Amino acid sequence: MIPELGNLALMLALCLAGVQATLPIVGTFQNNARWMALAGSAAAGQCLFVVLAFASLMASFIQNDFSVAYVAANSNSLLPVFFRIAGVWGGHEGSLLLWTLMLALWTLAVVLLSRQLPRATLARILGVMGWISIGFLVFMLFTSNPFERTLPGPVDGRDLNPLLQDLGMIVHPPLLYMGYVGFSVAFAFSIAALISGELDATWARWSRPWTLVAWMFLTLGIFCGSFWAYYELGWGGWWFWDAVENASFMPWLLGTALIHSLAVTEKRGSFKSWTVLLAILTFSLSLLGTFLVRSGVLTSVHAFATDPRRGFYILIFLAIVTGGSLALYAWRAPKIGLGGQFSLFSREALLLVNNVLLVVAAGTILLGTLYPLFLDALNLGKISVGPPYFEAVFVPLMIPLLLLTAVGPFLAWKNDSIQAVLGRLRWLALGAAVVAALALLVFKTSVMVAVGVTLALWILFATLWQVVQRLWHAPAGTSLRQRISRQPRSYWGMVMAHAGIGIFVVGVTLVKGMESAQDASLHVGQSVTLGAYEFTFSALKKIQGPNYIAARGTFEVRRGADSVATLHPEKRFYTVQKMPMTEAAIDRGFTRDLYVSIGEAAPDGAWLVRVQHKPFVSWIWAGCLAIALGGALAASDRRYRMGARQRAAASPPISSPVHSFV
Amino acid sequence: MKTRHKRLILVLTGLTLLGLGAWLVLSAFEKNLVFFFTPSQVVAGQAPHNRSFRIGGMVEKGSLQRQADGVTVSFWVTDTVQRVRVHYRGMLPDLFKEGKGVVAQGKLGPNSTFAAEEVLAKHDENYMPPEAAYALTKGQEIKAKTGTAPVTAASKDVK
Repeated sequence: MIPELGNLALMLALCLAGVQATLPIVGTFQNNARWMALAGSAAAGQCLFVVLAFASLMASFIQNDFSVAYVAANSNSLLPVFFRIAGVWGGHEGSLLLWTLMLALWTLAVVLLSRQLPRATLARILGVMGWISIGFLVFMLFTSNPFERTLPGPVDGRDLNPLLQDLGMIVHPPLLYMGYVGFSVAFAFSIAALISGELDATWARWSRPWTLVAWMFLTLGIFCGSFWAYYELGWGGWWFWDAVENASFMPWLLGTALIHSLAVTEKRGSFKSWTVLLAILTFSLSLLGTFLVRSGVLTSVHAFATDPRRGFYILIFLAIVTGGSLALYAWRAPKIGLGGQFSLFSREALLLVNNVLLVVAAGTILLGTLYPLFLDALNLGKISVGPPYFEAVFVPLMIPLLLLTAVGPFLAWKNDSIQAVLGRLRWLALGAAVVAALALLVFKTSVMVAVGVTLALWILFATLWQVVQRLWHAPAGTSLRQRISRQPRSYWGMVMAHAGIGIFVVGVTLVKGMESAQDASLHVGQSVTLGAYEFTFSALKKIQGPNYIAARGTFEVRRGADSVATLHPEKRFYTVQKMPMTEAAIDRGFTRDLYVSIGEAAPDGAWLVRVQHKPFVSWIWAGCLAIALGGALAASDRRYRMGARQRAAASPPISSPVHSFV
Repeated sequence: MKTRHKRLILVLTGLTLLGLGAWLVLSAFEKNLVFFFTPSQVVAGQAPHNRSFRIGGMVEKGSLQRQADGVTVSFWVTDTVQRVRVHYRGMLPDLFKEGKGVVAQGKLGPNSTFAAEEVLAKHDENYMPPEAAYALTKGQEIKAKTGTAPVTAASKDVK
């Protein structure tokens, strides 16, 4: 009964999406206020039904209704209840439903929070989002219905893939999808602007917070995935340049370009067409990400279901969305115009360089990700493009970007002089040069480590220096607290995100450049040394989990005479899926992680053990969180929450050049 | 400076950066593309020396051997027609098993053995790495041509 209810709810949602996608847009052309007003109610109704459908699927999972094919494929009665809930998005169909749910929620948020938008604009935005929703609902109902029954159903389910039975599975997909789908709002804003031909600073101010929030979620989603892979996959990597990771990283890169370009559009009225183009491309890459991951063209943990029909549908959908919006762009962009002028040495120019570098980086990743697929599809041979390629193209593009990240905030809008900026930065530059020389000559690090650390410190100190200057120049007699709270939140957001980049780069550089690992075959009681650490395999016992059995080792880690940690890596065997799994044990620290995983046992009772020393891994996570927090701070800026009346009063004056912010 | 000049400089900067990107891509492609070869191709001498490539197929049953250090392993990778000895030092993936599909990346060593730097297995019980499946299909084709009966154990694994 419940699954049928869910199915019905999906159909009703599709009907309402149809209303939302057509009548309001028609209304804008005929200036019919009633039809335009329909958009909000249709979106709210649609959201209600999608939530209902989602709840039905979740109920089927919780009640172990294995007559529903999707539940049987992704759950098991022995599975703990929170993993049964996560099982809702453990496969293709449920992931689509999650996508649609996110879209419905974002649409509802637009309805609730954008009352100050002109009625026609809102109608267009909701209409565009309605079309996207139709695309996904039709896809779900006709090719991948999560509520399909097999009667009589199996006695028990096939269980969730053991790799997915983790807390990461509960948070990673929803966060990532919040990000992907969130860019649909920026996309809808852009299409609405193209249709109406109106794009000004107010438009940018409306779409900025939405884009920032989506970008923040995407950052968190990617972070979660990486964090999860690090401890779950058992070999201590945190980024593999796997096609699926790239699929989420490309929209992130373009999204980053977009939030910077939107800043220029809002502050200076420049980059208008470019901003619109970026919004279209960012969302298209989000769709491409869904396509790559869910169609089964990619072979990885993420592509559980392989059905070419589905891939074909998404490909067509993608072609319509991207092709259609690019055509609209080509036709209407001249109407929007390019926007204001700026000199070659100004903050705008630097942000343009930032944008070009990010887009080129995304392009090279796209090429590396799709090229093997093309060759394979055309039967031209099988190749793979691995991390060496991505590192070889990505790193050289990021070095100038990181260098400029620190410089950008020191430049004035519109026009600045090279001498003045050099004057502001000369001590920092000198400091950076000293750091690089120290690293190379005294600590004898590799060139890559020296470059990475120097860039990271360059960004961190420049950001700090910029903050100090800003607070220094506040009116006399104000307390530090007042000085801090007087700066807008979007400024602190930028500071936080840039500092996060610096912290992140420290982590990446040191873990890449200085990590060490050791494989050994150990009997209980034996030990292995790695650098200053000695790992002793002190005990092994058998344990029984809810749906697995495991061998659990105990490792005493000592450094000289000091005991550092006791670690418990496991080798699990999931009985339903008959699948072995390595559960690594990690001792996390501020400057290093110790990572132990156990492989298989030899007939003589020796276990294969891998111990790893990973310097500064936690800095990678801290950096990501700081970047996401920066996004949240910027999105919560007061000026995005101001009512329509203040906004209508006057367009904001262009603030003084040196101390205005991104 | 005139607007026209400014725009020209901007466009040139953009093109330079794009060109830089293209150059990076091409040179990185040239150095880092990893090609795939089936065991038959490797035995026939089609695989490159001194360059990484991937080999795939099935781990021959009963071929897995551990060296005295307990860390180094070797096994045969077969496409049911030809086979190549693969050496690997380190932990094998969880789902590595004799009689199942495998893909290894590495270089050809002496005596036509393959020194793997990385061994990839499938992600779940029902799933075969596509490259391994491809190698086995090719193996079947060769057999069909030469008239030998295909090995049933392998055909079971290929979808």
